[in-house]
Amino acid sequence: MIQYFKNIFIAIWTILVGLKLTFKHLFVRAVTIQYPDVKLKLPERARNRLYVNIDDCIGCRQCEMACPVDCITIETVKALPNEDLGVTSTGNKKRLWVTRFDIDVSKCCYCGLCVYPCPTECIYMTDVYEFSEYNRHNLIYHFSNFTPEEAELKKKQVEEFELEQKMKKAQKPAEASVNNPGAGS
Amino acid sequence: MQDFLNMLIASVIPLLFILVYAVVILWVEIKVASHVQDRLGYMYTGGFHGWAQPIADLLKLLTKEHITPVNSDKVLFTLAPVIVFASSYAAYAALPFTSTFVAANLNVGVFYIIAITSFVVIGILMAGWSSNNKYSMLGAMRSVAQIVSYEVPTALSILTVIVVAGTLNLQEICQMQKGGLFNWFIFKYPPFMFITFLIYFTASLAEVNRTPFDIPEAESELVAGYHTEYTGMKFAMFYLAEYANMFLVSGISAILFFGGWNSPFGDFMSGPAWGVFWFVLKGLFFVFLQIMLRWTLPRLRVDQLMYVSWKVLTPISFVNILIVGLWALLK
Ligand code: SF4
Ligand code: SF4
Repeated sequence: MIQYFKNIFIAIWTILVGLKLTFKHLFVRAVTIQYPDVKLKLPERARNRLYVNIDDCIGCRQCEMACPVDCITIETVKALPNEDLGVTSTGNKKRLWVTRFDIDVSKCCYCGLCVYPCPTECIYMTDVYEFSEYNRHNLIYHFSNFTPEEAELKKKQVEEFELEQKMKKAQKPAEASVNNPGAGS
Repeated sequence: MQDFLNMLIASVIPLLFILVYAVVILWVEIKVASHVQDRLGYMYTGGFHGWAQPIADLLKLLTKEHITPVNSDKVLFTLAPVIVFASSYAAYAALPFTSTFVAANLNVGVFYIIAITSFVVIGILMAGWSSNNKYSMLGAMRSVAQIVSYEVPTALSILTVIVVAGTLNLQEICQMQKGGLFNWFIFKYPPFMFITFLIYFTASLAEVNRTPFDIPEAESELVAGYHTEYTGMKFAMFYLAEYANMFLVSGISAILFFGGWNSPFGDFMSGPAWGVFWFVLKGLFFVFLQIMLRWTLPRLRVDQLMYVSWKVLTPISFVNILIVGLWALLK
């Protein structure tokens, strides 16, 4: 019987204690922020959207290799001997045209593994994190300066050049064989 | 014709009041909920703290598609929300908003309110059963079990007040408490009237299905209880009925224990216009308390619910009515 009244008393008392607490919180400053209007400062080394400074890229494919989800696609074309691509800002000599450099950020898991091996430090994380799209294909970022047509053109050029080289090479042995009938067949 | 017009006006006023109040209290509920949890809640719609959000919500509900489940009982399914809302709306007829306005000055006002609000049970059971869905069904069963069992302590505590007042007319009960704070019934026969009030308040919480007695709707167990299958305006009707009921029981608390439309300062700030102010203020205070309790207390289990009703509230209110009755008799 005593326990019964005690229980009732405790019930009422705890309700009052609870009410006091919630009432106090009614006037506590909200801990949430108005997100699109107010944004929290990101930590210094936050990993968000990738960016590639294509002018510095030497097309070494180390980032493509490192990516665990294979979301980087790189295609390169050798530069012709008469073309000078210049040097990167870190002083490395550029020898390849990067005709395609696509990152599918919809697959990217922001691990940052592609950032470390880059010899010229041209692929890095930015602090942009609002880049949602209505179409998934818009999430494939094209960093290369080449349009697909230009890339095609470049490839053809190189192929032609290589063909030319081959022809030259093929011609040379032919000339040699005239002078020296014993060699070759 | 004149009579009809008068009746129309008298019946439209509570309806308008319910609509306006529901919009306001929807906003208050969300804001209180978010601030209790240290959040901000509505901030955009309409400018200042999203005051227009409930209006937008209401418009959305109004324009939504009516979906009637294929295997439901169409007639009952449509009728249920109407009955639930109509019964709580009808109860407003006997509420004296001020000394000069009460839609129907009934001599059996209290009895009428208790009787008419019991209709809610039928509406809820109808809704649950006709939806042909296990969650709705369970919710309705729970709701009925709960409301029926809590009707006992509610009626008993109201009866205690009737013993003190000696009348069933709500307007007369208000008039009896005229003349300042200490004439209110809550301060009579201390502390028994206060205990009566506690019982009434607890039981009325259960009657309107509010937390901690919201097991009929228990989101985490029953999706939404008896109104799981409802959409659009029919769903809004249930919502409206819930909020209307909240003010109804709060208003009755105010009338029975806190002097209704009487000013707490005697003649100061009293009069018909002030009457509305005081009555609505007192009512809203208890609604606010109900909202606060919702964000404070966890939900009871079904057996705990029955325990509270049958083993705590009912016996105590029986003892209470005896003591108050004897005291009133011997005085
Ligand atoms: S951050 Fe990780 S997942 Fe994203 S591109 Fe770089 S290596 Fe691939
Ligand atoms: S590691 Fe750096 S330089 Fe090499 S391909 Fe990737 S981005 Fe270009």
